[in-house]
Formats: sequence, C-alpha cells, structure tokens
Amino acid sequence: MNRREALKTSGGTIALALAVSAGLVNSSAVSAQAWNKTAFEVKSLNDVVKAMGGTAATESKDISFVNAPDIAENGAVVPVGATSKIPKTESISILVEKNPNALSASFMIPEGTEPTVSTRVKMGQTSNIYALVKADGKYFYAVKEVKVTLGGCGG
Amino acid sequence: MSDPMRIRAQLMGDKVDVRVLVAHEMETGLRKDADGKIVPANYIQSVTATCNGKTVLSAQWGPAVSKNPTLAFKFAAAGAKIGDKVIVSWVDNKGDKRSDEAAITAAS
Repeated sequence: MNRREALKTSGGTIALALAVSAGLVNSSAVSAQAWNKTAFEVKSLNDVVKAMGGTAATESKDISFVNAPDIAENGAVVPVGATSKIPKTESISILVEKNPNALSASFMIPEGTEPTVSTRVKMGQTSNIYALVKADGKYFYAVKEVKVTLGGCGG
Repeated sequence: MSDPMRIRAQLMGDKVDVRVLVAHEMETGLRKDADGKIVPANYIQSVTATCNGKTVLSAQWGPAVSKNPTLAFKFAAAGAKIGDKVIVSWVDNKGDKRSDEAAITAAS
C-alpha cells in the first residue's frame, strides 16, 4: 500500500467512525448486513451488548461451551464453540476479555439453524471468554476461563 | 487471490452438519514485521452460508479470529437433500471476496 492509498483508506475509516458516533448511521439497524464496527472496537462485555443495541446481559446456565479447552497451548489457535438452549436464540457471539478488542466473532442464527457454532480464535493471554447470546431481544452470557501458555497476539 | 475454502456438508438425520476451513491470513493489524513496520490488518469481516437460496448462517468476524479459521454449525435439513449445494462466501476488510460451494453428502 502506498502513502496515497493509505491516506485514502484511513480517511474513509475515520469518516465512518465519525458518522457512527454522531448517530448518522444507526449501527444496530445496519448490523444485519454491514459490519458492526463499534461492537468490534469496544473492550468489555457490557459495551459490546450496548453496541449491539441491548442494555445489559444476564448470566445463564443454558449456554455452554463446546470443545473450548481449559488450557490452550497456543493462543494463536484456540478452538471455541458455544451452544445455547435458550428458545429463540438469534445470535451467538464469542468474546475474549483481555484481547485488545473483546469481540471476536458474532454469528447470526436464522430459524432452522441449530444454536450451536464453533470456530477458532486468537487469545493474547490467559483470559475469561464469554459466549454472548441474543434470544428474543434479550442478552445472556456464559463465562469460562481459558489459560494460555503461549500468547497469540504480537507473533 | 486466496485459496479455496474446504467445505464439508453431511446429512445427519434431519440436520445438515457443515464444516468449513477458510484459507485466510487474518492479520490483526497489531503485529510488526522484521523491520518493525506494522503489518496492515487483513481479516474476514463477514461470512454467509446459504443453501437453496436460504441463508443458514451469517457471521461477523473481527481480527481475533484465528488464522485459517474453521467454522462448524448445523441446520435443519427441511427441504435440503443429498446433492444440494451449500454455498459459503466471505468478504474481508480490503474488499476481497470469495465464494465456494459443496454438495451435501450422506454421513459416512
């Protein structure tokens, strides 16, 4: 990328960020298609819930982690899956508390698809991971600590 | 241009089990190369899976998803049968996109 291109790209990003913060772009309304930039930039569970258009999340025993390890040998590749038994689950998001930005991935579950997803994330250090579930307009979460013996950020 | 995704879709009872392995660098934009220059961020932002024109999963990813990400999910087979195509596509933050498809097979 040359300097001209870099300036152009960063200019565009700033303009979008400004538009979002000024309320010109309603981030929750466009989140179905457009990438929810705000949600991916905030650092805590509560801020992510707010960026997705909710108010607060409650802990739920109906969400469980599948194949998430207690100890991850390599933080660059940590398998994480989450499953929700809450009726009308609309989305499942995976958050890593101590990463530079908490939100890792967010999955929209249409009707007919099982509320179970699994993927792999990066973890910078030992941290709590959250599975955040949106069901029937409300937010629920489950938490699990994953110990990392080798960090995955910064190479 | 990136390498193709590896997709497996298997019919298991009344569900279709989909597993996807995406070939992507997933650069966070925080890492530095040997000269101390920041490696520009390059990561997948959105992923969509469809079957017979119906979206069965869509996802938004951030830079914290691992390199060469995997994705596994199941959807109800209602209307989908062996031989139907599951199409998975992604778009990254640079606007690159890729779409691959796989036919649903019987569980082995």
